[in-house]
This record gives sequence, structure tokens and C-alpha cells, in this order.
Amino acid sequence: MDEMYDEIIMEHGMNSYNKKKLEKCDFCEKGHNPNCGDDITIQLKLNGDIIEDMAFTGYGCAISQSSTSVMIDVLKGKTIKEAKEIIKTFIEMIKREITDEKELEKLEEAIAFKNISNMPARVKCALLAWYTMEDLLEKNGK
Amino acid sequence: MKIEEIRKDFPILKDKEIAYLDSGATSQKPKYVLDKIQEYYNKSNANPHRGAYSLSIESTEIYENTRKRIAKFINAKSPEQIIFSKNASESLNLIAYSYGLENVKKDEEIVISIMEHHSNLVPWQYVAKKTGGKLKYMYINEDYELSKEEIESKITDKTKIVGITHVSNVLGTINNIKEIIKYAHKKGAVVVVDASQSIPHMKIDVQELDADFLVFSGHKMFAPLGIGILYGKKEILNKMSPFIMGGDMIEYVYEQETTFAPLPNKFEAGTQNVGGVVGLGAAMDYIEKIGYDNIEKMEKELVSYARQELAKLDFLDIYMTPNEKNHSAVISFNIKGVHPHDVASILDSEGVCVRSGNHCAQPLLRYMGIDSTCRASFSVYNNKKDIDKLVEGLKKVYNMFEKYIKKGQ
Repeated sequence: MDEMYDEIIMEHGMNSYNKKKLEKCDFCEKGHNPNCGDDITIQLKLNGDIIEDMAFTGYGCAISQSSTSVMIDVLKGKTIKEAKEIIKTFIEMIKREITDEKELEKLEEAIAFKNISNMPARVKCALLAWYTMEDLLEKNGK
Repeated sequence: MKIEEIRKDFPILKDKEIAYLDSGATSQKPKYVLDKIQEYYNKSNANPHRGAYSLSIESTEIYENTRKRIAKFINAKSPEQIIFSKNASESLNLIAYSYGLENVKKDEEIVISIMEHHSNLVPWQYVAKKTGGKLKYMYINEDYELSKEEIESKITDKTKIVGITHVSNVLGTINNIKEIIKYAHKKGAVVVVDASQSIPHMKIDVQELDADFLVFSGHKMFAPLGIGILYGKKEILNKMSPFIMGGDMIEYVYEQETTFAPLPNKFEAGTQNVGGVVGLGAAMDYIEKIGYDNIEKMEKELVSYARQELAKLDFLDIYMTPNEKNHSAVISFNIKGVHPHDVASILDSEGVCVRSGNHCAQPLLRYMGIDSTCRASFSVYNNKKDIDKLVEGLKKVYNMFEKYIKKGQ
């Protein structure tokens, strides 16, 4: 447990620099876990096919907040296609559906959440942002 | 009666090194109850009310005798005032549908407290919307209690139904339901009492309270999951339409018409959870064996200790009444600046089980200006060591988060 609440999760979860509002954004999407009260809104700014900027607002536990913040770090600068691949891999990692560990490399810092897959009570917290982002792209035909 | 002796009655507490502080969600089950359920399935299982053979008759007898036993436990005048349901939520839905929808008219009022569990709130919202009635709330004061003034300003001549929890599942506040019922009756309203959080801890006497309806779940009072009770005054229950329809709740069924069975069968369609009923009867035996006097004495000492020890932690926000005599076995709290879900996860790794979230009471938490809390709730099997483990666990969480909390401020 102490390992899970490591520096990355604490820094991103409690005091994230990604927690702000973008002055201009193209899309935004709200996600929440009604049972635990996690509630986030993700903003996305595109430049053609590339994710130029992202930010989030909201509240929730350190896991949901850090997962959102780390996701933003990882997805910024990626193409939408790359982002979709990364999101899919992250979700599979948490659900323990990854057989080839090499695939996890593309997750960069987000690999820090791997141990959450051993904590069923927290899976929802870790996945909230990623599902929300998946929805955002899908709803907007990306 | 010693707590350590009581703990031995609960197999799960022998097998696991945990401080189980979530009895408000569901209690653990004593071996006595588990054995009685198994005995029923081993020796007497058949579908009650159905067969002419002796095993079915035996099952029917057990079912109906337990109804009598439960009636006695809450001092109901007659056993047919005891209706079996799945849980308190189903009992409340039954009242909302079969009484509420038919008795509330446009602009008439339903009054509930802001501390209601969603199960005694959402059904009334539905009734109000369907009938054009108004749903009004009695709010808590700074002591997390309902004041007499608040109660008397909200319950009026227009009030048809008052829904009130005996004990708040978030705050632990014990409401003075006897006074509320008395006042509501003066105004001509019918009162629905949710006793789910009180009956595991204190004696309920429906006649003394003069409650029109009273509901509770078995699983919070040492009985298995899936069995609940609806008590109602006979004259009211008799006038109500059935809720769930089907087998065993009828007299004669024709192609286009049906006549319904008398109480209690009118409200018990389909094969019932006889094993659960047996378990609930056994749970009542178990409670009477310890005695409510002892339960109250032991829990009072424990809650008092918990209040005192938690109050020493200055990094906590605690949401409880300062009036100890109005406080049952539930304490909600937050570590300032740390989300309760993180707190509960880390406490779990220390062997301490607490609930975190909104406790099915979103309007209450919104009224209090918070999103969620951690909640420790107690039962007769909890000892001071459990509280000490909670306190140590909370200190650990605070130490882990301390430097990050400060940064955020």
C-alpha cells in the first residue's frame, strides 16, 4: 500500500499542475464515479490530429486525480491514433489483459498504476479518466 | 457479559485479524444464526404454504412461528402486521407505492428529514412527482440534530406522510421519533420510521412509539442478507393495495379478476426467503440472549471511547452531535485535505474496515457542504483495540499525506 502511494501518485494526486482550466479548448467531457464521488472534467485542445493541450478540473481521491493528471502528461503531443492505443493499453493493464509486458512501454509514466490491478476496490478510480477520455474521443467522432 | 466472549460467537472475527468497523453497512453473523439457517435447510426445507405433505407443513409452521416471534420482538399487536420483504428498501417502496401514491394528493405534503438514506428519500420523490404533492425537508442544526422548532415548522396540516430515520446512518444522530410521531399525528399525518440503524442497538416497541409504519433490514442486526421487515398498523395495511403480485397473495383468480389474500399474505407474493426468516428469528434470539440493556451499555462505553480518542486527532473533521446521549454507534469523519477513499484504502491495508463515500445520503452531504466521508460504525463485538487500530491507522494515513496536504493549502 505504501508503495502504491508513491511520489508520482502523491504529487499528481494532491497538487497537479494539470488541474486548471484551458483558456481555449475544442472538447470537454465529464466523468464521475457516483459511489465514491470522484468527479472530473477533461479539456482537450487539438492541433489538426495532434493533442496540443489538455487539462482537468474536479475532485476525488488521490488515485483518480493522479491517474487523470498522469494521463494528460502522457497524451499531450501524441496523435489521436497514438492516444487511443495508449488508452486501450492502460485499460488492459489495469484489467490484467496484457500478455506482452513490452506493450506497457508506451504508457511511459502511467505504468506507475500497474499495481492498482491488484486492488479491485480502486480499479474504478484509476480508470475514470481513461474511460472519460475514450468517451470524449468517441463522442466527437475522433 | 464480556465483549471478548461475544467476539467468540462470530466465526469471521476468529479467522480474520481485522477491526471490522462497518456494521452500519452490514453486521457480522454469529455462529448461532448461521447454524439455525443450516439446520432449517438440512431438516425442514420445503416450499411453505404449498404442499399438503408434512415437510411443507413443517416449513410453513417455522415461517409463521417466526413471524409471531418477530411480532413479539417489536411488540406488534398481531403477527399479520409483520410483512416479510427483501430489505428495508423494499419495505419502503411497498409503502410508497401502495400507500403513498394512493393517499397523497396534489399540493399535499410529504415531509422527510435531510438525513434520510436514499431508500427513504427517492421513493418519496417519486410519489411527490406522480401525485403533484410536495416533498419537504426537515434540516439539521449545527449539532447535527433536528430541532423541535424545525420539526414543528415543517410538519403542517397539509402533511400526509412523514418519513423519518430513527438513527442517521451518516451522523449517528438518534432522532426523537416518539415526539415526531406524536406531533405528526396531531397534524393528521402518517409516520414511516426507518429503524434499520437503530434496531441493532436499541429496543424498538412499535406500540409505545405509536408508529404507523416501521421498517428494518435483518442483515444489520446479525441476520443474513436478503430479509427485511415491514410493520404497519393493521387498519392501514388492510386498506392498502398489494405491491408485488403473483402466487400466494391471492384468494381467487379468474381470467379478468382476482381477489387478494388477507394480511400478511396480500403483501408476500411468490416463494419467500424462509431461510432468511429463520435467520432473522435466530438473530432476535441472539440479541435477547445478550439483552438490549447490555448491548446499550457496552456500545455506549465503546462509542464514548471512540469519540474521545478521535477528538484527540486534530487533523480530523468529525461530524457528530456534541450530545452524547443522542449519538448511536456511527461516527463520520474526514482527514482534512485527504479524500476518504484514500483513507479507507490505507486503513484497509492496516486491517481496519471502514466505509467511505456518500453513504447513500447525497442530499445530506451536499447540505453539509462535503462530498463524502469515512464512516466507522460499531457493534457489540467491537472492542477498544479496534478503536486503537483505527486511531493508529489514521495517524499513519496522515503521516503519508501530511507534506502533500500542506503544499495544497
